[in-house]
Amino acid sequence: MNDQTPTRVERSAKLKGLGVSRKRVEDVRFTQGKGNYVDDIKMPGMLFGDFVRSPYAHARIKSINIDAAMALPGVIAVLTAKDLEPLGLHWMPTLAGDKQMVLADGKVLFQGQEVAFVVAENRYINADAIDLVEVEYEELPVLTDAKVAMAPDAPVLREDLAGQESGAHGKRKHHNHIFLWEIGDEAATDEVIANADVVAEETVYYHRTHPCPLETCGCVASMDKVNGKLTLFGTFQAPHVVRTVASLLSGIEEHNIRVVSPDIGGGFGNKVGVYPGYVCSIVASIVTGRPVKWVEDRMDNLMATAFARDYWMKGRISATKDGRITGLHCHVTADHGAFDACADPTKFPAGFMSICTGSYDIPVAYLGVDGVYTNKAPGGVSYRCSFRVTEAAYFIERMIEVLAIKLNMDAAELRRINFIRKEQFPYDSALGWEYDSGDYHTAWEKALKAVDYDGLRKEQAERVAAFKRGETRKLLGVGLSFFTEIVGAGPVKNCDILGMGMFDSCEIRIHPTGSAIARLGTISQGQGHATTFAQILASEIGISADSITIEEGDTDTAPYGLGTYGSRSTPVAGAAAAMAGRKIRAKAQMIAAYLLEVHDGDLEWDIDRFVVKGAPEQFKTMTEIAYASYHQEIPGVEPGLEAVSYYDPPNMTYPFGAYICVMEIDVDTGVHEIRHFYALDDCGTRINPMIIEGQVHGGATEAYAIAMGQELAYDEIGNVKTGTLMDFFLPTSWETPTYTTDFTETPSPHHPIGAKGVGESPNVGGVPAFSNAVHDAFRPFGLKQSHMPHDQWRIWTIANDLGLHG
Amino acid sequence: MSKMHLKLTVNGQAEELRVEPRELLIHVLREKLNITGPHIGCETSHCGACTVEMNGKSVKSCTVFAAQADGAEVTTIEGLSPLGEMNVLQNAFREHHGLQCGFCTPGMITRAHRLLQENPTPTAEEVRFGMAGNLCRCTGYQNIVKAILAAASEMNAAKEAAE
Repeated sequence: MNDQTPTRVERSAKLKGLGVSRKRVEDVRFTQGKGNYVDDIKMPGMLFGDFVRSPYAHARIKSINIDAAMALPGVIAVLTAKDLEPLGLHWMPTLAGDKQMVLADGKVLFQGQEVAFVVAENRYINADAIDLVEVEYEELPVLTDAKVAMAPDAPVLREDLAGQESGAHGKRKHHNHIFLWEIGDEAATDEVIANADVVAEETVYYHRTHPCPLETCGCVASMDKVNGKLTLFGTFQAPHVVRTVASLLSGIEEHNIRVVSPDIGGGFGNKVGVYPGYVCSIVASIVTGRPVKWVEDRMDNLMATAFARDYWMKGRISATKDGRITGLHCHVTADHGAFDACADPTKFPAGFMSICTGSYDIPVAYLGVDGVYTNKAPGGVSYRCSFRVTEAAYFIERMIEVLAIKLNMDAAELRRINFIRKEQFPYDSALGWEYDSGDYHTAWEKALKAVDYDGLRKEQAERVAAFKRGETRKLLGVGLSFFTEIVGAGPVKNCDILGMGMFDSCEIRIHPTGSAIARLGTISQGQGHATTFAQILASEIGISADSITIEEGDTDTAPYGLGTYGSRSTPVAGAAAAMAGRKIRAKAQMIAAYLLEVHDGDLEWDIDRFVVKGAPEQFKTMTEIAYASYHQEIPGVEPGLEAVSYYDPPNMTYPFGAYICVMEIDVDTGVHEIRHFYALDDCGTRINPMIIEGQVHGGATEAYAIAMGQELAYDEIGNVKTGTLMDFFLPTSWETPTYTTDFTETPSPHHPIGAKGVGESPNVGGVPAFSNAVHDAFRPFGLKQSHMPHDQWRIWTIANDLGLHG
Repeated sequence: MSKMHLKLTVNGQAEELRVEPRELLIHVLREKLNITGPHIGCETSHCGACTVEMNGKSVKSCTVFAAQADGAEVTTIEGLSPLGEMNVLQNAFREHHGLQCGFCTPGMITRAHRLLQENPTPTAEEVRFGMAGNLCRCTGYQNIVKAILAAASEMNAAKEAAE
C-alpha cells in the first residue's frame, strides 16, 4: 500500500492524457475489417427500400402507376405521397423552418427528388421494381440560376407557399424568396465606404459542392409491433435530434424510440440532415412489420442529400490610402435549392456568415443574405466547417486580395496591418461576435518565415520576368490565407436546433476496480472520439485513458446531446467531459479525506491521487478511492462514483490559423503543381497532436478538392452534371499534395481545458489558400477575380483571357 | 431469374452457393457470406472501398460478377491476419494514423498488401501511384503513404533477418 515507486513523470505518462499522441483505440477494429457501419447491419426478415427518383428538375406529376411493380414477385410495397398523406408524412418540417416533400406531392422540384419508395425482398428485385413504376411527368420551366430567381417573371417553384408573405425568418419579397437576413449597420457602412480613400468591389462565388463522405447515408428501421418500440440505426451526426424529430413526426412516444448511430464512414456535414429515406424506412417498417434498410448509392447521395455552399457574395471593402480597412459591405444571394433544408441553428438562417469580417479589425460592417429557391437539391449543410464559415472566410480572404491589388500593396502586409491585435481580445466584432482569444501577428510572422515569404516574392518576380522574356511557360503563385473560425455551437441563449439548446453532455461511471465508462451526446465519424475524450478524462480524473471506454451514439444509453458537426465536439462535449470529471474528483476528494482522516481542504490533487498537503507519503489514488466508494460506508456520502454534466458553453470558440500555398501553373495546359503547402493552426490546448495533424491533412485535402475541381454542377435544365465519382472530383493519392503542419497555442479562456476544436480549420483556411495561389500567379498580368473550382480548363481560360497564349 | 451454382474459396474457406448471374461479388461477400470488411462506396469502381484479392490480383468487387469468381481464390481484409491479430501493415496504419473513419481502410489495406507483393521496395511516388485506385476522404493520404512505406521497411528487415 502507498507505494510511491513510480515517479510523477511515470505516473503522468501512464495516464496518456492531454497532449499525448495516443494511438487510436478505434483502429484495432477498423484495420481488421471489424467496423460496424449501417450497411453491415442485418436483421432477420429485413427488407430493402429504395426510391423512384425524378429525372426532371421541375415537372408536374400527372400519374403514378405502381401495378407492374407490385406484380413483381418479391415486391412488398410501393409507397407514394398518397400513402403518406393520411399519416401527415407526405411533407416533413426541415431544420430551417421550411417544409420538404418526403415523396413528390403533385410536382417535382429537383432532379433526383424522391417520387416513390419501393420495398422489396432484396436490392436486385428492388432495382427491377423501380424500373417498373410508371410516372407520367409534364415538364415545367426550370430555374437553376439563383441570380435570376427574383426576376418578376421567374417560374413559380413553391406553389405550396402561394400567398405566404412571410416565412420562418421574416418577410418574403417574391415567390422564390425565402428570407432576408441582415446584420450590422448598413447606413453607417455605406457612408464610410462612400467617403473612403480607396474602395474595392468584387463578386465572389463559392460554388455548389457536396461533402461526399465515402459512406453514403442510410438507415435500418425496425418497428417491434409487440413492444411498440421503434429502433432506428442510421448514419446520423446528431442521433438524439433524430430521435426527437422521429417522435414528433410519427407520434411514437420518445421513450419508445431508440436511435443508434453505429460506426459512421465520414460525415463532413452530409449526415446532419433528416432525409426522406429515413422517414420512408420508418413508415415501411411500420406498414410491413419487418425491418427495412435504405442505403443511398453514390448518385443518390450526390443528387439528393446535402449539398454545400452555393453563395454569390457581392462585396465592397474600403480603406485609407495607407491600407487601414475602414468598412465592409457584403450581400449574398444564397441558393438553397427547392426546399430550405439548411442545417443551421434556428436563429441563424445564414449560419455564422457574419464572421465574414475575418481576422481583421474592421470598425463598421454590414451583411445581408437573401435566401432563394431554385430547382436544385435541398441541403445547405456545413461541409467540413462550422455553419457557413468557409463561405465567410473565402469571401474576406478574396476581398483582402482584391483590396491589395487596388492599393498596389503586398497582401501579407495588408493583412498584418489590419489584424486584430493580441491586446484587443476579447474582441467585439462589428457584426456582433465576441472573439475569445487570439494572437494573429505571432502566427502570421511564424508562417511567413517558415515559407521564406520574401524569398518567394523575389522568385516570383524573377519568374514573371523570365516568362515575359519567353524563357518559361510556368508561373508561380503564392496563396495567402489567414482565417478565424467560429465553432462550438453553442450557447443555449442564442443557439438551438428545432428549439433544442445546443449544449452537450457527458456521463461517467467509475467501476469498483478503477476503470471507467463515459458516454457522450456526440458521435464520431472518424475524428477519434474514443481516443481523445478518454485523454481529456484521464487528465481530469487520474485514470489511464487505456482504462476508460468511450461510448456514443445510442440514445438509450448516451445522455442527450446535439451531436457532432461544426467542430462542436471538443468545445462543447469535450468541456462536458472535463466538467463531469471535475465532479468525480470533487466527490473523490471527500472520500479521500475520510479515508485519510483529514479535512478535505487539506488535500491536493496530484496527477492520479489526492495527497495530504505537506505530507506526500499520505495519499489515496483514484483507484483506491473508487474501490472505497463501492465497498465502504462513508458517512454523508452516497455509494458509487458517477457524474453527469450538461455543458452550456458561455461563448463560441475562435480557432485561427495561417495557411500558405505555393503553386506552379503551366499557362498552356492549365495544369498546376502544389510545390509547398504550409498549415499553421491554433486550436487552443492540443489534446492529441497526432490526431490534430491527421485532421489538418484531411481537411486541407477536402479544401484542395473544392478549390481545384470539385463541383456539383447543373446544366440549364437542371440535370446534375457531376453525379458520379467519374465527374465529381475526389482527389486520389496521386494528385493530393503533401502538407507541412505547424501550430501556435492560444487557449480559449472560457473552455475548461482551453481547447477550441480543429477538425474544420483546414477546410476553412485551405480553400482561400489554394484559390489565392491561382489568383496570385496571374496577378502580375491583371487578374482580379476568377471563380472556383480552378480546374485545368478554367485555369487555361484565365490565361487565354489575359492574352497569355500569344 | 434462374440461378447458377458458384464455388469459390474465400479467406481459405471453401464456399458453395447459388447466385443470380447478375449478382455482384461484393453483394455475395457482404450479404450472403457475411464478410462485411469490404465496403460499398460508389458501385462504379472509382473508390476502391470494396477492394479484395482475386487469384492474386487486386479487384474492385463492386464491378466483378460473382460468376466471374467461380473457382477463384478470394482474400478480403478478414483473411489478411488471424482474428484478433494485426499484421505488420495493419499495425503500421495504426502507428502512423493512416485511417480516420475506417470506411476505406479494409480496401486500402487489402490493396496495400498486394502492392507490397508486386513491389516490396516502393518509393513514396510508387506508393501514391499504386494506391491511386483507393479513395480516402479523411486522411489526405499523407499518413497512408507513410504507413505503407514503414510496413515495407519492416517486412524487408524481417525478411533480411530471416535470410
